[in-house]
Amino acid sequence: MLYGLCVLAALLAVATIVEIAYQVFHGARPAIDKSGLGFLGHTTWKPNDGIFGAGTFLLGTVVSSAMALALAAPIGISIGLYLSLLAPKGLRGIVSPLVELLAAIPSVILGFWGILILAPWLNKHAEPALHKVLGFLPIFGPVPTTGASIFTAGLILTIMVVPIVASISRDLFLTVPSELQDGALALGATRWETVRGVVLPSTASGVAAACCLGLGRALGEAIAVAQVIGAGNQIHKSLFETGDTLASRVALQFPGALSKEHFAALFYLAAILLVIGLVTNLLAQWIGRRFDVQRAVAR
Amino acid sequence: MTDMTTETLFDPTAPLTASGNLRRRQLVSGLAESAATGAALLAITVLGIVIYAVIARGAAALSWDFLTKNPPAFGSGGGIAPAIVGTAVIVGLGTLIAAPVGILTALYLTEFARGRIGNLIRLTMDVLNGVPSIVIGVFVFGLLVRGHHQSGFAAAVALAIIMLPLVARSAQEVLLLVPGSLREAADALGVARWRSVLGVILPSAMGGILTGTVLAVARAAGETAPLLLVSSIYPNGVHTNPFSSGLANIPVYIFNASEQADPGGFTRAWGAALVLMAFILITSLGARALLARSRRKLTR
Repeated sequence: MLYGLCVLAALLAVATIVEIAYQVFHGARPAIDKSGLGFLGHTTWKPNDGIFGAGTFLLGTVVSSAMALALAAPIGISIGLYLSLLAPKGLRGIVSPLVELLAAIPSVILGFWGILILAPWLNKHAEPALHKVLGFLPIFGPVPTTGASIFTAGLILTIMVVPIVASISRDLFLTVPSELQDGALALGATRWETVRGVVLPSTASGVAAACCLGLGRALGEAIAVAQVIGAGNQIHKSLFETGDTLASRVALQFPGALSKEHFAALFYLAAILLVIGLVTNLLAQWIGRRFDVQRAVAR
Repeated sequence: MTDMTTETLFDPTAPLTASGNLRRRQLVSGLAESAATGAALLAITVLGIVIYAVIARGAAALSWDFLTKNPPAFGSGGGIAPAIVGTAVIVGLGTLIAAPVGILTALYLTEFARGRIGNLIRLTMDVLNGVPSIVIGVFVFGLLVRGHHQSGFAAAVALAIIMLPLVARSAQEVLLLVPGSLREAADALGVARWRSVLGVILPSAMGGILTGTVLAVARAAGETAPLLLVSSIYPNGVHTNPFSSGLANIPVYIFNASEQADPGGFTRAWGAALVLMAFILITSLGARALLARSRRKLTR
């Protein structure tokens, strides 16, 4: 009896994931039939004229998430190192939960703060400074009048990814046997050399998996991005211009979709997102198969 | 002979042999250490800035009326009572769905499942945890809303799907901590597996399982994306029936405010953000502390 219930519950979980895939692809069917894979490269999105293409949003998703990962990976790994190897024991007990609290802040609040406080500040101070120093690179172009931009979205995503990478890598570094580290120190290695020679190599695949999970989080985030990215329809070279991501476009247009085709196209965006989410997740599982990387996520 | 062995064998000291003088190496190490400390400091500073902003601006909106009154049609004043009640109903219902399924799945994985099927279900749970929440919203829209109407129930189902892997995972962790000797003792007495699970294993792990569930509640309470798709159209005033229509809720309230340029709306949204954040931070900090305690109790 209890066994039966348990099996049923477990099967329900499996059925859910199958049903998710079915519903999303079923809803996207009309759009898939109509435009096929060309949808991915097509960069025009005009619901009023019935023209739909995911190119702009695909690019926006990749750029904002890549920016988030490029910033969050080194910061998160450094925090992991600090918490596992450097911090005094008393301090570790305080800093560790604080970093995890950063992950607990709801994305809608982070986005609200992002558009009302962070974006204007970036627009006034950070973006002009970056343009002045690195303006020869097209990605740091002239500063527009508002702070809603891919740049702001990338920073907000960074804030969301850092605690994921930090807490997983902290757990990984804590599993490195202290004999190995002591051995390195006894041979005269400095602390940094121990990290580079012993700690990082022995956990490299786990750290890569942590970054992959963080990337998955950034790629799939809808709300905070929708609030700060400015919902642009054009592709710009500069990060300071508006853009949009797959998830953000679904969140913004789904509640007010105009037509059946519009719905189908939004379902198609969600289907792309589902595939991306599954691929990054399975990739993370596979890369980090020696470690239990999901542990920290569920905590 | 000796030359050959040193060349062919892996040399574990290779990256450790210092190149350059000691002072430079120590300088590099010191720099790396301060960079790591700086990164931790940066994260805490950002957390502090965000929390401070929400408290400073939200406190201005907070009052008894704010928690108990309806929002006005336009202008300032009024409160967010419908959103607070709606969020409570949606999250409560979602928990009622997710907790039993999640705990039973965890029991299956730790007490009954062997080999391949167990691995398959574990993988499913991890994959489910990786599905973006907006996709779960689209799924529930296709399943329950399309052709019908928005409902608080649909929102609860979406939150339940988000909570399920979290509940199952944390319950599993606690169940694995229950000493094997308890199971063996029950087996030796000839107790059937289901009775030993219900009478011995579950009671000793219950505290940890419940706090894990609370942690999942804290995570789900702030989820916005699915609610935006399945519970963003709702009647005015306080409603509690999740089946008749969409229910007002705090996350969608904040999101809508951020999409409009209404200063009165901003003030209320900061207040709503403060209410939501206070609930989430307090429950997740509390649950974390309790979880650590029940783990210690089980492992002792």
